Amino acid sequence: MTDLHTLSIVGLAEGLRRREYSAAELTQHFMERISKSNTLLNAVITLAEEQAAATAEQADVRIAAGDAEPLTGIPLLHKDIFCTDGIRTSCGSKMLDAFIAPYDATVVARLSAAGAVMLGKTNMDEFAMGSSNEASYYGPVRNPWDIERVPGGSSGGSAAVVAARLAPAATGSDTGGSIRQPAALCGVTGLKPTYGRISRYGMVAFASSLDQAGTLSADARDAALLLNVMAGFDQRDSTSIDHPVPDYTAILDNSLDGLKIGIAEEFFDAGLDDGVASQVQAAIRQLEVLGASIKNISLPHMKVSVATYYVVASAECSSNLSRMDGVRFGYRCENPKDPGDMYARSRSKGFGAEVKRRIMIGTYVLSAGFYDAYYLKAQRVRRVIADDFKRAFDDVDLIVGPTTPETAFTLNEKASDPIRMYLSDIYTIAANLAGLPAMSIPCGFSQGLPVGLHLIGNLFDEARLLNVAHQYQRHTDWHSRVPERFLQEIP
Amino acid sequence: MVLSGAQVRDIAWLARLQIDEADIGQYAAELSRVLELIRQMNEVDTDDVIAMAHPTDAVQRLRADKVTEVDQREKLQALAPLAESGLYLVPRVIE
Repeated sequence: MTDLHTLSIVGLAEGLRRREYSAAELTQHFMERISKSNTLLNAVITLAEEQAAATAEQADVRIAAGDAEPLTGIPLLHKDIFCTDGIRTSCGSKMLDAFIAPYDATVVARLSAAGAVMLGKTNMDEFAMGSSNEASYYGPVRNPWDIERVPGGSSGGSAAVVAARLAPAATGSDTGGSIRQPAALCGVTGLKPTYGRISRYGMVAFASSLDQAGTLSADARDAALLLNVMAGFDQRDSTSIDHPVPDYTAILDNSLDGLKIGIAEEFFDAGLDDGVASQVQAAIRQLEVLGASIKNISLPHMKVSVATYYVVASAECSSNLSRMDGVRFGYRCENPKDPGDMYARSRSKGFGAEVKRRIMIGTYVLSAGFYDAYYLKAQRVRRVIADDFKRAFDDVDLIVGPTTPETAFTLNEKASDPIRMYLSDIYTIAANLAGLPAMSIPCGFSQGLPVGLHLIGNLFDEARLLNVAHQYQRHTDWHSRVPERFLQEIP
Repeated sequence: MVLSGAQVRDIAWLARLQIDEADIGQYAAELSRVLELIRQMNEVDTDDVIAMAHPTDAVQRLRADKVTEVDQREKLQALAPLAESGLYLVPRVIE
């Protein structure tokens, strides 16, 4: 029982079917690991002990009846951005510290229906705005590989729980890199599908034209199993796309012979750390050994993606977060003098510094007379960036590079410098602007810290991304490395 | 692009945020730096480019005008900070 946490979802499901352990025991095992390490990592905001025990019991009934699906009885956690009926959804903010949603997000509902057992809700940067998880009302999450370092963000709690094997998987959301960047910094597998592939219903909105739900898991095969359940059209999300959902495990075992991989020179610019670059180059050579051919491509406008993103994302967040006014949603200040005083004081006390900064930027770029110069301009540049990718995909099947310019940085290193923090997402943001699916998979270590390999696919080409990631993982073991202190039972 | 203190106060008012007078200078400096970063997008010539509103150019879906939600009044009111006799209580707006 003690090393259950080193198994993948596939391995755990086999054990459940063979009755080596029950879903209840599995839940207990991971729940204990979380309880024992949360003081150190702070990766979980809310534990759902009672609900998890009840769901696990139902899963055991299904398993006994021979009615189990691949995720039945598998414990996982949800990023605290997904609404969960009856369990607090804080979004990492004081604003929603007391918010209990009356319904489940579609992601939550689908995973529950498949029999997955939710253990709790993971820590995150407030309203998903951040790249270090230091912008959480509940305090920073620590990186399991080095607790003096950040796990990345905004899905930092989800990446940390998987890295420390406190659960085999967790959900996340990615607006500019919020799944892939923490996946890279924590050495786990992160998948951001095509925009609209997974329903946003019940996922607290940050930047609606960029937000996409996804997964953090130990490997690509597990990500495929999760995506099989999470993907699909949802009437309740007006941006959800009605596009057939394949079985994402179907082509995992395909050979990479004939695969054409694009390498953009822009990924290997001056800002890239040498240790990261050499691991990524080695991974690219490994993909060549597996049958892929490499073609140099250019994404000339990638360099303006961060600038473009901070217009689109800030504008949309200022609009989305206007509902956090102390009446419709959120914290309400004491003794308001009048509605104006109530809005301003509630919002000022309810939001943290980074959220306020983004709301201010968004308000400015949307203010009277500026729309054309900022938001409209950004939407035009966005098309130019997307067209770069479109041209590239005429010649290649997928694009590969580093997920992040450097490995995990230390706590407080960038917290006081917003621009430096924003540049952590320089390689990931363009995929959000273009709506493309992308992954980060572990591809080695630099000075003891994990390095992520970034794979970007064409629209709706998640199956191929997962195929490439799985083949790479069959021939490497970076994805199965676990930090020493979390390898055994946690004292 | 350098924002003045007065501009920061204006933006804060529009955003319904209250900012301490002591923090105005820091906000002005930080927001100015972000706007400086944003200026990079002006390097791109977009004269003949159609703005991209959706990554896959999807159009707004319509649905039949039918009631689909079930009545959950009690469940929803139980979550409100203040409710009484089936009504949501909000702070007084008119004296």
